[in-house]
Amino acid sequence: MKDMTFQTLLAVFEEIFGRGLFWTMVIAAVLVTVGYVYVLIRDRSVSWHKFLWAQLSMPLGAIAAVWFVMAMTHSALSDIGGAIDVIVLLGVAAMGAVGMAILVYTVQSLIKKPQSDPAS
Amino acid sequence: MNTRSSPTLDRPLDRRGFLGLAIGATALAASSGTVQAAPLKTAAKIVIIGAGAGGTALANRLVTRLDGAQITLIDPRQEHLYQPGLTLVAAGLKPAGYVTSKTTDWLPKGVTLIAQKAVAIDPVAKTVSTESGDTLGYDFLVVAPGLVLDHDAIEGFSLDMVGENGIGALYAGPQYASATWKAASKFIEEGGHGVFTRPGTEMKCAGAPLKHTFLIDDRLRRAGSRDKAEITYAAHDGALFGVPIVSEKVRMLFGDRTIAPVYNHVLKSIDPGSKRATFTTPEGTDEIDYDYLHVIPPQRAPEVIRQSGLSWADKWTDQGWVECDMATLQHLRYPDIWALGDVAGVPKGKTAASVKWQVPVIEDQILSAIAGTEPTETYNGYTSCPMITKIGRAMLVEFDYNNNLTPSFPGIIPPLEELWISWLMKEVALKATYNAMLRGKA
Repeated sequence: MKDMTFQTLLAVFEEIFGRGLFWTMVIAAVLVTVGYVYVLIRDRSVSWHKFLWAQLSMPLGAIAAVWFVMAMTHSALSDIGGAIDVIVLLGVAAMGAVGMAILVYTVQSLIKKPQSDPAS
Repeated sequence: MNTRSSPTLDRPLDRRGFLGLAIGATALAASSGTVQAAPLKTAAKIVIIGAGAGGTALANRLVTRLDGAQITLIDPRQEHLYQPGLTLVAAGLKPAGYVTSKTTDWLPKGVTLIAQKAVAIDPVAKTVSTESGDTLGYDFLVVAPGLVLDHDAIEGFSLDMVGENGIGALYAGPQYASATWKAASKFIEEGGHGVFTRPGTEMKCAGAPLKHTFLIDDRLRRAGSRDKAEITYAAHDGALFGVPIVSEKVRMLFGDRTIAPVYNHVLKSIDPGSKRATFTTPEGTDEIDYDYLHVIPPQRAPEVIRQSGLSWADKWTDQGWVECDMATLQHLRYPDIWALGDVAGVPKGKTAASVKWQVPVIEDQILSAIAGTEPTETYNGYTSCPMITKIGRAMLVEFDYNNNLTPSFPGIIPPLEELWISWLMKEVALKATYNAMLRGKA
């Protein structure tokens, strides 16, 4: 790679997932993140009850992300060949886990107002 | 605590406010880029023969660096081919449409495309003639027409055979790569003897014949029919790859996969009726029966280059590559001409990765010639080959003129290890990087 610019990175991701799916995912990620920050500021505190559910959902998110990447790239877990592959795989899993946790937390917060949450 | 006691703070943080902030931040991130020097004013006439990977990438870069230049590309091909994708098409991993786009999709505003074949170059009068009889004068000429696949050089072979009777030829184009997969699929189903060849001439991406061999081997294993098949790889000389350290690694992988190499075997003719291939060897000829044969023909510079006196007189005389300096790609006898991509008569570099490294060198040469300054960029023979060894794994092999490995990520992505990340680069990141290169952005 001679120059890795932000535009090249965007082009790479468009290529991986297809333009439509990639930008749909970006918009979904932005909406969930915006929703998350919104409920945090609206509620002025973190609800540990909701956070527990969010944490419990993390392994699911990790598995889903790994499965998704493997399916999109004609790959299987048996293709993992070295340290960097394990790191990339863990990175994918971690992103899936964090994404899922944020999603679950945000959805709970948007559905249930803080007043009705006894743990907050 | 009442969390809703501060209306003045709450108001700017409603949903709409947040969205605005998020969009603003994204726009800021997207707009941050490198600052380019002001374009150089000139009335220079620049002609580029060929609107493939090299010609297109160079045109896109010159357009942003020059103000007032007359840039003309000459190329009759309507279709742009993403050639690194052909090995994936021929292994059933991508459809034929994966490699095709329109030539005009990639060309910037402000350049002229003459959709004709260049038929003559007069390097003394500094003109190029097209098939319709038009003649264009130039101040600077870049020859980037690609190369010619000489299928007629294989006796008994013609392109209409591809896909039938166990014959594949993935280099010939997307439809032939697709037909190659059809023939290979039958071999994968039925087994037999698979024979994989490469030509005795210089060639595009010398890793591709190996990739095809590895991929079909993997397909056989996945189909559970590997024990019904025998695989022979016919190398044209005494090695499996031009870079000795890579050749040794491939030899070990072939041993592991039970792929039998034969050396100094150059495909001479085929008899499709009896499914027999004849090879030229140092001892004479050798006949090998096949059930699946992958043909890659000899490769040569296009006729227009060879007829115009631009080729080396004492090197590659049967192939006609342009006589140019290894480091600057400038013609050794005509300083206003540069060779870019497959047609360049340099020891390595008939890949898209090489083009990516060559384009900035020629850009610098032309800009310096216009500005009257000394050029500084040089090409060191860099070539990259994500060598697929099975579906899901590849080796990211990068090297230069001296057969040195030049890994982009030393210590992180070892070049001779079969890795998933290297596969990801070939399968998903490469086309995007290639497209960015075409647009002059990588």
